[in-house]
Amino acid sequence: MPSRVQTTRFEVNGRPVEVAVEPRLTLADCLRDVLGLTGTHIGCEHGVCGACTVLLDGLAVRACLMLAVQAEGRRITTVEGLSNEDGLTPLQASFRKHHALQCGFCTPGMITTAHALLSEEPDCDADRVREVLSGNLCRCTGYISIVEAVLDARSAYRKPGSERA
Amino acid sequence: MKLPAFDYACPTTLAEAVALLAAHGGDAKALAGGQSLVPMLAFRVAAPTLIVDLRKLPGLDRIEISDAGVRLGAMVRWRDILEDARLRRAHPLLVAAVGHVAHYQIRNRGTVGGSLAHADPAAEMPGIAVACEAEIAVTGKSGARIIAASDFFVGALTTALAPDEIITEVRLPAWPAARRFGFEEFALRRGDFAIAAAAVFYDLDEAGAATNAHVGVIGVGDKPARLPSVEAVLNGAPLDAAAIARASSAASAAVDPPDDIHASAAYRRSLVGTMVERALLAAAA
Repeated sequence: MPSRVQTTRFEVNGRPVEVAVEPRLTLADCLRDVLGLTGTHIGCEHGVCGACTVLLDGLAVRACLMLAVQAEGRRITTVEGLSNEDGLTPLQASFRKHHALQCGFCTPGMITTAHALLSEEPDCDADRVREVLSGNLCRCTGYISIVEAVLDARSAYRKPGSERA
Repeated sequence: MKLPAFDYACPTTLAEAVALLAAHGGDAKALAGGQSLVPMLAFRVAAPTLIVDLRKLPGLDRIEISDAGVRLGAMVRWRDILEDARLRRAHPLLVAAVGHVAHYQIRNRGTVGGSLAHADPAAEMPGIAVACEAEIAVTGKSGARIIAASDFFVGALTTALAPDEIITEVRLPAWPAARRFGFEEFALRRGDFAIAAAAVFYDLDEAGAATNAHVGVIGVGDKPARLPSVEAVLNGAPLDAAAIARASSAASAAVDPPDDIHASAAYRRSLVGTMVERALLAAAA
């Protein structure tokens, strides 16, 4: 049987990558198992829990509902790409301040989703935050602290380039 | 679960995509946004030997608005519809319904054509297609054809598409600016599949009575349906509280929903009446 493996090139967190993968490999598994980016978590593997959310050309998508070969030529940002070396980003700091995580499993998906939302809609209200986060399941927090953290991080997104909330 | 093994093709022309589907009979599947097909693969509900990715086919992502109505290319995403300010006038019912489609991340990938081909009985786009008497344009190895939405949906996850056919476009008839409409959906969370939803629209004649009433429902059968008995209640009547109450009762009487883990048949029957009532109240407001 001929090999199904395909060479696919795309960009992850600003870095060009080339992977040789079977088409059945999801982008989520490719990020974790091939590229070693284990910040992207895999919960349900069928598009319900939101833990695997990454940014595809800046838009939040579920990495478990996309084949790695479909990322050809695209720009992927994972939760690793939304952190920096010098300390917490304003969004991360807001999650800590508001106790918006306990076990942490859903957090990468919450951060990537919230980042996509706030980048586009830095003035969104609590209803909008709740609607957008409805696609991300959290078993620990009860969500209230997550919504508060996202709302509190809005100011950091209103001033492009600002590092302070 | 991990996906079953399959071969993958990413053709650059519609003819090539159709030829690939035709060569594999029913063993190949077209992939649009993947938001329904990939979960189907994960659950082994579908296990095709070949996936034909449509992402490189040109021209399928267009939204065209003319005097004849709205044409949505098969690869138009939910996000594209919600972002297109023209559609809020050209087809406000479509925009209202798409606001209920899935969650934030899914709306960035899911497509019109994918939803129609998947034919979930609780999905909004098939419901709008049926309620609005849309035409679905498809292309297969014997050429292009148009399928009326009322003929397209055969049952749950089952359509009139032949294995070698690809949806290229859905055409919604023109929407008069004065048309009254409402879309109401009940789901456990916003973005979840509907337990029941109703799309209604009608025009007003010179005397202020409803005419050309269309009532479509989803989530209460094995496919989206129009409810002629409810439309008959509405046509020719001024839409007062009594008429809306009669329409609501007629809607509950017209459907034969299933029991499932989310809701009993009796609950869904009652709920669809409430959805029709609320949609009519919104339309009349």
